[in-house]
Amino acid sequence: MSQLPAPAPLVTSTTEAFWAGTAQGRFILQRCDSCTEVIWFPRRECPYCWTETLTSFDATGKGTVYTFTIVRKGGGEFAGSAPYVVAYVELAEGPRILTNIIDCDPETVVVGMPVEMVFHDTGKGNARYRFRPVVI
Amino acid sequence: MTIRGAAFIAGIYEHPRREIPDRTIWEIHTEVALGALADAGLTMKDVDGIFCDGSAGFGPMSLADHFGLRPKYVDSTETGGSSYLAHVGHAAAAIAAGKCSVALVTLAGKPRSSTGAERVSFAAAPESGFESGWGINGAAHSYALAAQRHMYEFGTTSAQLAEIKVAASIHAQHNPHAFLPYAVTIEDVLNSPMVADPLHRLDCCVVTDGGGALVIVSPEVARTLGKTSAKILGHGEAVKHTNNGHTDLTYTGAVWSGPAAFAEAGVTVKDIKYASIYDSFTITVLQTIEDLGFCEKGKGGAFVSDGGLVAPFGKLPFNTDGGGLCNNHPANRGGMTKVIEAVRQLRGTTHPAVQVPNCNVVLAHGTGGSLGTRHVSATLILGQEDV
Repeated sequence: MSQLPAPAPLVTSTTEAFWAGTAQGRFILQRCDSCTEVIWFPRRECPYCWTETLTSFDATGKGTVYTFTIVRKGGGEFAGSAPYVVAYVELAEGPRILTNIIDCDPETVVVGMPVEMVFHDTGKGNARYRFRPVVI
Repeated sequence: MTIRGAAFIAGIYEHPRREIPDRTIWEIHTEVALGALADAGLTMKDVDGIFCDGSAGFGPMSLADHFGLRPKYVDSTETGGSSYLAHVGHAAAAIAAGKCSVALVTLAGKPRSSTGAERVSFAAAPESGFESGWGINGAAHSYALAAQRHMYEFGTTSAQLAEIKVAASIHAQHNPHAFLPYAVTIEDVLNSPMVADPLHRLDCCVVTDGGGALVIVSPEVARTLGKTSAKILGHGEAVKHTNNGHTDLTYTGAVWSGPAAFAEAGVTVKDIKYASIYDSFTITVLQTIEDLGFCEKGKGGAFVSDGGLVAPFGKLPFNTDGGGLCNNHPANRGGMTKVIEAVRQLRGTTHPAVQVPNCNVVLAHGTGGSLGTRHVSATLILGQEDV
């Protein structure tokens, strides 16, 4: 299966550190020092207690498929990529994040499937995080 | 009713800087919000109404998500530079009506120092860097994520979703203006091309040009006009967002907007004779029916089966114009037509084949945004004058 396009993300001053991490194979999460909640997506303030004392840490890259769809006709940069899988993966750390499931037959993807993170270079100084099935 | 004396401006904050290249627009929204709340002696936790202009990403959805709030009332009236004066007036009216008690009006912008991307506010919303670039190229791709999870948790089937399209199509054949004025079968839906699993082409609404309008008047004017069959009884609205990564795609904001509307109207689901339910996709209808309380959560599939939605004698006659699935979804927005058909039912002016007898209380529900990420749910309950 050909690799999906890896378009560069919009990077803002809030998300700069996150995206820089992806270039090194790191998926950086934040945890609030005050209320200990894990935060997704990156913010300057905690969305629970609105304090600014957040500590960054690296996710393990492990997760499970929360839900998915097989896109049968893509558009834009993905026009020639169908069929491909768009999914929410629930990280071991808690957050459910939008992503793609790759390196497998789309028809074999199921909810609850264990997956692990891989990175696709965007060519713009960062990488797009995707997931492949965990080979047991 | 008047808003005179109904509200006060309790907090103000002007950002002290005049060039802010090191903050995003959303960080500025947050900064000024916290500043004005502190000035008033309040905190973000007290806020239950959000008012913003059209430059705040996807309006109040993006802001509520970013602030981590679940407001009871939102308003993104866009009138250029006068927006914020309008917001104050609207906020006072909302407060006088008991819709919210602490309304937050914010303005943020960076015309001096914006980068190119940030000038396109929607693309620069805080979430968009993490929600684009995955090949979600249409609403169906996003709604499919919700459908798949609903199926996983509750055993909902594609055939059950198809029942919703079938009911709408039975109605549409009586509407000469319908874009698809003919009945289809469950098999027709299941045999239509898969767009994004588990949604087939016939699970999706039509794409149409068009529009609509409403005129809202005072009771006195309505009586003078003799147009008293559609009294506004209740209203509720709610933002459902990703909840800081705790996304749950099995329910909609109707779980909040519905109870608010029912409480204000003083009626229950048992009183509703007809419902216009936003039907961008079949899954939108299924989740909304459950969330409004017409059936238990997860039992929507059984509820819509065997003609449950077919007028005039189904359990819940719905979308008798053929809905967005068959009739009309003008400008990719189905809310206007939902209200119009609900009023027709109250007036008794729908086609005789789909007119619900003794139709004295109806519901109309809208879903703006996406079930797959964030949306605003709005519920209206309307009734005849003697209700």
